[in-house]
Amino acid sequence: MHRTRCVRVTPVVLRGGDMSESDALPPHLVLSSPQRVLRQQQEFTSLEEKPQFPGASADFVDKLDFIQPNVISGIPIYRVMDRQGQIINPDEDPQVSARRWQDCGVEPRSHLLHPTHAGLSSGLCPTAGHTAGQDAPSSGPISPAPCTNPSPATLPAAVGAAYAFKRDNASRAVICYFGEGAASEGDAHAGFNFAATLECPILFFCRNNGYAISTPTSEQYRGDGIAARGPGYGIMSIRVDGNDVLAVYNATREARRRAIAENQPFLIEAMTYRIGHHSTSDDSSAYRSVDEVNYWDKQDHPISRLRHHMVGRGWWDEEQEKSWRKKSRKRVMEAFEQAERKLKPSPQHLFSDVYCEMPSHLQKQQEALARHLRLYGEHYPLEHFEK
Amino acid sequence: MPGSCSPLRFPYPLLHLHPPPSALFHSLPSPLLHFPHPPFHHFPHPPYTAPLRLNNVSVAGQTQKMNLFQSITSALDNTLSRDPTAVIFGEDVAFGGVFRCTVGLRDKYGKDRVFNTPLCEQGIVGFGIGVAVTGATAIAEIQFADYIFPAFDQIVNEAAKYRYRSGDLFNCGSLTIRAPWGCVGHGGLYHSQSPEAFFAHCPGIKVVIPRSPLQAKGLLLSCIEDKNPCIFFEPKILYRAAVEQVPVEPYYIPLSQAEVLQEGSDVTLVAWGTQVHVIREVATMAQEKLGVSCEVIDLKTILPWDTEAVCKVNRMLENHFSPHVSGSLSPLLASIGPWNLVGIIFVCVIFLCHSMVTVLSNYRWVKTFVTWLIC
Repeated sequence: MHRTRCVRVTPVVLRGGDMSESDALPPHLVLSSPQRVLRQQQEFTSLEEKPQFPGASADFVDKLDFIQPNVISGIPIYRVMDRQGQIINPDEDPQVSARRWQDCGVEPRSHLLHPTHAGLSSGLCPTAGHTAGQDAPSSGPISPAPCTNPSPATLPAAVGAAYAFKRDNASRAVICYFGEGAASEGDAHAGFNFAATLECPILFFCRNNGYAISTPTSEQYRGDGIAARGPGYGIMSIRVDGNDVLAVYNATREARRRAIAENQPFLIEAMTYRIGHHSTSDDSSAYRSVDEVNYWDKQDHPISRLRHHMVGRGWWDEEQEKSWRKKSRKRVMEAFEQAERKLKPSPQHLFSDVYCEMPSHLQKQQEALARHLRLYGEHYPLEHFEK
Repeated sequence: MPGSCSPLRFPYPLLHLHPPPSALFHSLPSPLLHFPHPPFHHFPHPPYTAPLRLNNVSVAGQTQKMNLFQSITSALDNTLSRDPTAVIFGEDVAFGGVFRCTVGLRDKYGKDRVFNTPLCEQGIVGFGIGVAVTGATAIAEIQFADYIFPAFDQIVNEAAKYRYRSGDLFNCGSLTIRAPWGCVGHGGLYHSQSPEAFFAHCPGIKVVIPRSPLQAKGLLLSCIEDKNPCIFFEPKILYRAAVEQVPVEPYYIPLSQAEVLQEGSDVTLVAWGTQVHVIREVATMAQEKLGVSCEVIDLKTILPWDTEAVCKVNRMLENHFSPHVSGSLSPLLASIGPWNLVGIIFVCVIFLCHSMVTVLSNYRWVKTFVTWLIC
C-alpha cells in the first residue's frame, strides 16, 4: 500500500527565559518553570486517524456536545489579604517594606490613591536598569505615554510600542490600562490578537469595576469577564482582587518579569467596584442602589484594607491618619486654587502642533483669527485666555 | 401583462468612445513613460514625464526600468537598508504582498522587520501608531484602500491628533500607511475605491497620491521621512501598466508641491494619480479639436495641498475618481486660484464596476463641457 506522507501536529514544550538577578523574587514566589507550547510537525502515515488541520491542535471526538461557558464558577480571584488586611497565605507575602512603597513614588497613606494603582506602580517599579512604559518627561521610573482617557483606541498602539521595545532588546515592557467596558471595543480585540501573534512584551491590565458609566457588566458581556478571553487569544491570564494591593503587586511584578523574559503578553483582570460616580456629570443613584454603594464603601473598601494591614504591621496609627488627612486636604485645595487662577491657553495654540511644521493653510487661518480678534475681541472673554 | 417583471434595464447609457482610441495611441510622440501592455481601451494615452529634476538639479545616478510596484519595492528597500528601526507590516506582506510590493524584503531584512499581521485594519494602523510613538519607522500596508475604513478611527482620532493632544510631547510622525487605490475595471465595490476625500477633511495627516513610478518612489520616500503620519495611495491600475527609468538610489520629491505638467492659458485642469494621464489626453484633444489651451496640474499631495500653485486662468476643471457627491476637493481647491474665481466645474469620472468607460475620453462630452466652460 502506498504510504502517504502526512504530518502530525504535536506539542513541543519550550522553556522560558531566565530571571535576571536584579528582579529576584523571594524563592517561595518563584513559579515553576515557565513554558510555552508550540506546535511542531512530524511525519506519520495516513493510516492513523489524527487531525491534520493547520488551524488547531486537537483530537477528534465522536459525540456531539457544545462547550458550556462557565460563568457560575469562573476563573478564581487571586488575593493575598483578607478583608481585614491579614495575609492569608504567608508564602504569598511579598514582604514589601514601607520604605519600598515610598521609593516607588507611592504614598501608601494617601486616601486618594486606589490600591490597584499603588500595587501597579510598585509592581512595575524597576530595580537597576529596567523601566516600564514609554519615554516621557517623568521624574519617576515609570514613563506614561499620553492617553485620551483609558481609551480602548490606544490598546493596539500599546502593542506596537511593545513590539518596538522587543526589537530594541531594551528589556522593557508596556502596560496598558482599560476598563471592562473598553474591552468590548474592537480595538481591544485587535490589541489582544496582535500582542499574541507578534509576541509582544505587554501587560493588559483590565480594571473591572462593575460599571461602564451606567452599563452594568451583565449588559457588557455574557462570558466570564475579561480574564476568560485571554486564553482564547493564547494569552497568559489571571484574575486578581483589585482591592488587594499586595495581590496586584505580586501579579503585576511576575507578569512584567515574564513578559520581558519570554516576549509574550499577559492579561490581568483586577476585580473591583466603582464607589464614586463615573464623572462629575454623573449621578449614579439613577442606575444603582445606594445600599450597594454603601456596602463597598463601608465594608469592603480597598484603602481601609490596606490601612488595617499597615496598622497590623505597626506602620500606621490613628494620629498619623488624622494628620495626613488634614495635610492631604490642604494640598488638594491649594492645587485647586492655583489651577483656577491659571489662564486658559492662548487661542493661537489652536493651530500649533497639528503638524510638525505649520502648513501655510493653517498659518492663514491663524492670521485670520488674529485679525478677527483684533476687530471683534470685545465680544469674546479674552481676559480668561493668555495672550 | 400584470404580474410580470419588466426586463432589467441598465440605468445609465453606455458611452461609446469616439474617435477610436488606437488612432490617438499611435499619433503621440514617443514618451519616456510608456505602457507596455495597454489593454484598457479607455485609457490608451501613454503618459509622458519630463526627466526628473528636483530643485533644478537632475536626479542623477544609476537608473533601472521599474514599474510602479517595483518602484515601491525599491523605496522600501532603500528605507529598510538605511533605517534599522524601520518595519513593514500588514496582511500578506511577508510573501511579497498581493501586489508584489514587498517581494524579497523579508528574506533580505528578516522576519522581525517584514511581517504579516492578523486580518484587522484597525489593529494594523493602531499597532503602527504605537511603533511610531517609540520613534521607530512604521510602514503599514492596508491591502486595498477600500478596507481602510475600519482604521478610520485610528487614523482620524489617534494618528492625526497624537501630536496636537500632547502639546508636541509625543507624536507618531514616523508612521506611513500605504494602500492600493483607485479603480481597475474589474474591482467591483471593494477593490476600486478612492477614499482620499474622507481623509482630506482631517487635519494632522498628509495624503499623497503619485501618478507614475518615478513620482511614487520619490513621494513615498518623502512620506516615510516626513515627521507627520502620511497616507500614501498607490494607483493599482498603474502597478504593472506604468514603467519608467527610476533611480536605484533614494531621492525625495517634496510633499505639498503641485507640478505643472503643461502650461496653458484658457483653462486649468487639476487631477492626481491615474487621472493625470487622462487629463493630459483631454488637454491634447481640447487643443486639437477646440483650440483651447489647457494648463495641466498634478496636485500630488491632497492634504496639505499646494496653496501656492499658480492658477493663471479663472476657470478650472478638477477631476477625480470618486463619487460625484462631495467627492471633489473643490472647496479647498478654490483657494488655489484667485479669489475672484468665476466658476469651478466638477467633472466626475464615473467608473462603472463592469464597464470601462471614461466620460472625459468621450469627445462629445469634452466638447460640451469645455465649450460651456469657455463661453
